[in-house]
Amino acid sequence: MRNVEFRIWRGDGKGGDFRTYTTGIDDGMVVLDAVHKIQAEQANDLAVRWNCKAGKCGSCSAEINGLPRLMCMTRMNSLPLDEPVTIEPMHSFPPIKDLVTDVSWNYEVKKRIKPFKPRKPDAADGTWRMQQADVDRVQEFRKCIECFLCQDVCHVLREHTKHDEFIGPRFFVYTAALEMHPLDTEDRVPDLKETDGIGYCNITTCCRQVCPEHITITENAIIPLKERVVDRYFDPLTRLFRMFK
Amino acid sequence: MASVDLIWKNGRFGQTSRRDAWWGESLLVFLGLGAFIVYGTWAAFQGNHYTHGPYLSPFYSPEIFGDSAHSWFGPKPAWFPDWMPFSPALLILWAPGLFRFTCYYYRGAYYKAFWADPPACAVGEPRNTYLGEKTLPLVLHNLHRYVFYIALLFIVVLGWDAIKATQFDDGFGVGLGTVILTVNACLLSCYTLGCHCSRHLCGGGLDVVSDSPIRHALYQFTSKLNGNHKKFAWASLISVGFADIYVRLCSMGIFTDVRFF
Repeated sequence: MRNVEFRIWRGDGKGGDFRTYTTGIDDGMVVLDAVHKIQAEQANDLAVRWNCKAGKCGSCSAEINGLPRLMCMTRMNSLPLDEPVTIEPMHSFPPIKDLVTDVSWNYEVKKRIKPFKPRKPDAADGTWRMQQADVDRVQEFRKCIECFLCQDVCHVLREHTKHDEFIGPRFFVYTAALEMHPLDTEDRVPDLKETDGIGYCNITTCCRQVCPEHITITENAIIPLKERVVDRYFDPLTRLFRMFK
Repeated sequence: MASVDLIWKNGRFGQTSRRDAWWGESLLVFLGLGAFIVYGTWAAFQGNHYTHGPYLSPFYSPEIFGDSAHSWFGPKPAWFPDWMPFSPALLILWAPGLFRFTCYYYRGAYYKAFWADPPACAVGEPRNTYLGEKTLPLVLHNLHRYVFYIALLFIVVLGWDAIKATQFDDGFGVGLGTVILTVNACLLSCYTLGCHCSRHLCGGGLDVVSDSPIRHALYQFTSKLNGNHKKFAWASLISVGFADIYVRLCSMGIFTDVRFF
């Protein structure tokens, strides 16, 4: 066992600061284990949201040494332990208490996105037929666990607080899953341009870099959606071609 | 939509809890792109030492007007204004330059490296205002596909240059310059065909791609190239600069071209 120093942000929506804790770390521990140990031994009132401890529920999102990560999937031996390990709540959302943030804004955004609207069934029994080639692309997007780490790292939300004008990478992935679906008939392109703020994305790829499910957010979701916006609004040749098609 | 009250907004430039060398990648991009822009600008204004035997520097190809044997329409035309600096490269370099400037990969890279927007992921920025690519001038990046169409013509021309680089005075042959120009044309093709715009036009814009077998195959091919777009972006940038340096050194007599056969 090795003693490691942690700097954990303690506070609420009005503010807070870092407090230092030192605890013993065993082989194989993840950051969430250490936080639970500190909670049990030194800070019973430390608030932390968690559930599955397997990287599938997306509850324990936080910033570890400044980078958005899942606490349950960050092994202690992957961090430099000769200096304090810093743990903070996500910066893009209002803190409730300590490491717990209010992510309800995301659920409000999701309600706003036009839902799946399939074409008429292909068969008399009310079922559809799809080719695997057509659903390959959208299956990647279904891996999202809604941990909101991509929302947290996106500088449009984090630094520029464009929450009222920009839906963030998570919901571009969600929109892409619907918009590219072979059965879907809904048109979300005008919303992408006008209300979802896709033009704010300047392709930093930070969202893709922090995704614990390794979804290629920027290249497979956001840029293809940007290209669909270009088709509709910025490419007269494509529009002309569509007229004569 | 519910407003969000954050307590971490308006951080200082460079403010972060990151412990790693977050500035490293942006610094490398700044140095790499900066060096290329400085060298490319210098080379474009030279107007000489851009050919050697069958080799033509990619900075000067196609040579629309110029004094070399590679020129399509002869020397500098009489109608060209005297007050404007003339170089065959200045007539054409705007196209590949704009293609890279509006490329999705480079945009993300130079916003960080040259504009600190952001300087790196989860690092504080120098400005509080932000317009993104939603309004002028950056909304013009949406013209990327138009320069993509022009870039396609360039890879045809550079491919032809690579073939012509086998036609020496004494007949067919292959020199080190032939290999360099051929590799350069291949890398530029992989970069151009693998761009996000190409991927979209080939099939990415379709929801049901299985109905169009040719476009599906093209989409799969461009998607494979697109997966390595960053690598091809850098490899082709280096190769195009290196090809110009090679032709220039051979032309100046500093380096003697190696002839394999």
